[in-house]
This record gives sequence, structure tokens and C-alpha cells, in this order.
Amino acid sequence: ARPHPTMSSIGTGYDLDVSEYSPEGKLFQVEYAHKAVESSGTAVGICCRDGVVLAVENIVTSKLYETNCNRRVFHIDRHIGMAASGLLPDARAVARHAREEAADYRQSHGEPMPLSELASRVSNLMHAYTMYSAVRPFGCGVLLAAFENGRPQLYGVEPSGVYYSYHGYAIGKAKQNARTEIEKLKLAELSAANGVKEAAKIIYSCHDEVKDKYFELDLSLTSAETAGRHVIVTGEQWTEASNYAKAALEEHDSDDDV
Amino acid sequence: FSSAMSASFYTKPANNGNAGVAMETSWDSNPGRQRTLQPITTGASVLAIKYNAGVIMVADTLGSYGSLAKFRSIPRVLRVNDATVAAASGDLADMQFLNTVVENHAIDEEIHEHGIAYSPASLHSWLTRVMYNRRSRINPLWNTYIVAGTEAGQPFLGYVNMLGVAFKEDCLATGFGSHLCLGLLREALDAAGGYAGLTEETATSALEACLRVLYYRDCRAYNQYQLANVPVAKPAQVSGPHFLQSDWSVAKLVKHYTE
Repeated sequence: ARPHPTMSSIGTGYDLDVSEYSPEGKLFQVEYAHKAVESSGTAVGICCRDGVVLAVENIVTSKLYETNCNRRVFHIDRHIGMAASGLLPDARAVARHAREEAADYRQSHGEPMPLSELASRVSNLMHAYTMYSAVRPFGCGVLLAAFENGRPQLYGVEPSGVYYSYHGYAIGKAKQNARTEIEKLKLAELSAANGVKEAAKIIYSCHDEVKDKYFELDLSLTSAETAGRHVIVTGEQWTEASNYAKAALEEHDSDDDV
Repeated sequence: FSSAMSASFYTKPANNGNAGVAMETSWDSNPGRQRTLQPITTGASVLAIKYNAGVIMVADTLGSYGSLAKFRSIPRVLRVNDATVAAASGDLADMQFLNTVVENHAIDEEIHEHGIAYSPASLHSWLTRVMYNRRSRINPLWNTYIVAGTEAGQPFLGYVNMLGVAFKEDCLATGFGSHLCLGLLREALDAAGGYAGLTEETATSALEACLRVLYYRDCRAYNQYQLANVPVAKPAQVSGPHFLQSDWSVAKLVKHYTE
């Protein structure tokens, strides 16, 4: 336990490297990594009847950036999608590892990697970075999606390495609101095509207009319609979803006026 | 094994002399490592021709084990992406290995979504480098590849063999096809005044006629084949298996045939 020169924070003394427990048994570096996720744009994943949708509130800090230059939805092989919340460079590193794992699996086994297997590997990776003082934990959480053998699948991996399989999940700044909205959806009846619109609506409704003016909606879809291929939603389908979300927002706002 | 291989009275690049150091990697001089000496399971000819709006390529689906027609349903045509197809003759294990590498490269490019994909010319160039590099280490991939597709809005057709010899042409053939069929394909092109005058139907029937000639005259050819068509304006399509009609009634005229 070393004295910290300037900041007095909750974990003072036991938060300087991730290999150090606090007396309460916490790993503060991992908790701080979670905070990096929580201060970043919301990422949402929804398992629909015939596919999985990923959506991210990609907060853009400057109008000088070209649109879509820093997407927060990644392809992992052809059939798996990954959405990320938190530090984008860390998310890219996770995506790179995931891609290597998936490519290696495909080469050895002659078939695409099952999502459950990939989620396990990503979890192992992120967990490994919580055990040594020479490295820091990944400051990002990821949602992994695939549509395998007719079944939609969604996994969420957090900076600690913990992961679960979900029907629907959200991480990032508005995760609580987003999760509440997801729970309201009847997922078993929702088609993936409509799921895209609903995910967009959730992102828009959870977006804080005051704090983060400008954001890009990153959307992706892996479904029976895409033949199991992970597809980034662009063009007409994206516009339709985005308009649906904006319209729902206006309706909601006009309700408030009454 | 390796001592038998390297038994030699003077130093050559391939056999562990001082001159060999620069040419070999540790991968090559590993005692367990062997070099390709001969192809084992092989594919026969690949034929291809440009037409006015694209390229067509055919290859039969036979894997021969020497003179045994062992595997009768081996796909030898690979669809790399919408604008590129490739097919190989020669050792089929080497072909399947290289095809896996190419496919994995193609997946990598799709994932990055930067709009850059293997063009037939870049695949042809890459294959040339790989084949030449392997031949230079005296451990070739025992194949002849034909790459076909659309390059900068024009039909593309390229050839690479196990020596790393590479060239581009309006019509190509490998193996026996280069002896028996290249002339026929060139005649078809000449009759049309170049590929710009050749229709898809004429090109397809010319290739089919060549496949038939091969089935009659090449002992390692087969009557079931795949066809790849890459139109300039549309995505590549690999179809098959197609079946070749052939007429063996002339066999009766061969002395002692029916005895």
C-alpha cells in the first residue's frame, strides 16, 4: 500500500495494480475498467426470433470526423458480430484476438467457430489481463452475436472476464434504461428485421441529448435472412431503422408536452 | 531419409552445404521434413476462355490416384469472391491446402470491410510469388492454377504453374488440355475475331467440345465437370456438376474390343 500523491479515491492504496486485492477482496483496477465501459456509449444486443441484432450509440466527439470511420461493431469471421462499449483501441485489440481465434478454429476444424467456444476464448483473454501487474485490464465490454443452426445467440463479456449468454443485454452509459427497454420486448415473437428497428429505437431513447450531442448509430444483423452472415446494416435498412427511432422519440416527446 | 536425400558429392543450394544456408529456412532443413517428389492424387486439365462479357472456366471433378479413377466428385473450382475464381490441376492435396489459405485471406478481407478484395490480378500475382518461392526451395506445390475473373471492368485470365511461370492470355489450358484443346480454343477466338466477338453460348460450347475431346483422348479425364462463369457486370457463379454426353459407339470398330 503506497500513498497516492494527488487523488483520493475509494480504492486508495490498493488500486495501483491489478494484481493487488483490497482488504475487502476487490480488484479495483478491474472496477475502474468497468467505469471506462460505463462512461462510454451504450451497446445493445437483442436475440430475436430468427436472428440477433447489435446496436451501438457511437458517440462522436467532433464534427470533423468522417462518418463511420470508427465503427463500434466488428466482424469476427463471417458469421459472428461484436459490439463494443468502452475504450475503442482496447475493443480493437479484443477483436483482433477474436479474429485470430476464429480463423485458427476454421483452419483446424474446417468449419466456422461456434459462438460459445469463441465467447469462452474471449473471456479467457480478458480475464488473463486481470491477473498480472505488468498489464492492465481491457477497458471495454463486448457483445458477441451469431445465428447458429437456426438459433440466435448472444454473449456478453465484461472487463473482469465474466461472461454470460443472454436473450438481450446492454452495456455502457445507459445500460440500465436500455435493459429495461429490452425486457419490455416480446423477443420470441420479434423478427430480426423488426428487431433492427427496435434496437435503434432503444439507442435513441437512451441517448442523452444534453451531454453527448452527436452520435452515430452502428447497427448490425445476423439472421436467417442474411443466411447466418454478420452484416453491418447500411443504406435503406439503416435509414428506415433510424427514422423509426427518431419518430418514436418525437412521439414520446410530444406525449410529454401534454 | 534426409541423409539419403542429401547424399551428394558436391554442395548444391538444396542440400545443407554452406551455399545452402541462404536458400534454406530452418523449416526446410528439419530432419523430419520431406519435399514433394511427385503428385499423388491428381486433377486433370483446366480450360478457360474469355468472351465478350466475361470469362468461363471448366474443370472436371475427378481425383485420379495414378491410373485409378478414385475420387469422382472433387471440386477443383474455387470461388474466391464475386469477381474472382480459380481452379487447379495437379496434386489435389496441394490444391486443397492453397485453396484454404486463399479462402482464409478472402475472409480476412471481407471482415475488414474496407472495400478492398482480392482482384483476379492480385490473386494471380500472389499465387505466382508463392509458387515460385516454393520451387526455389525445391519443394513445390505441384499444381497449375488458372485464375479468372473481372479486373478493372475487363475479363481477366491468368496462368501460374509449379515452376512459378506465369502469364495472361485470352484462352488457357493446363495439362493435356494444353496439348489437345488450346488449338481448338484459339480457333474459336480467331473465328470470332478476338474475345470481344465471342458470345457466352459460343464460348461455353467451345469449352464443352474441348472437354469431350479430353474425355475421349485423355485417360485421366472424366465426364462430370464444374463450370465457373464470371461476367464483367455480375457476380461470379460456379455451377455443377454438369454431365458430358459422349458417344462411344466407335468402340465397336476397334479390333478385339468385343472379344
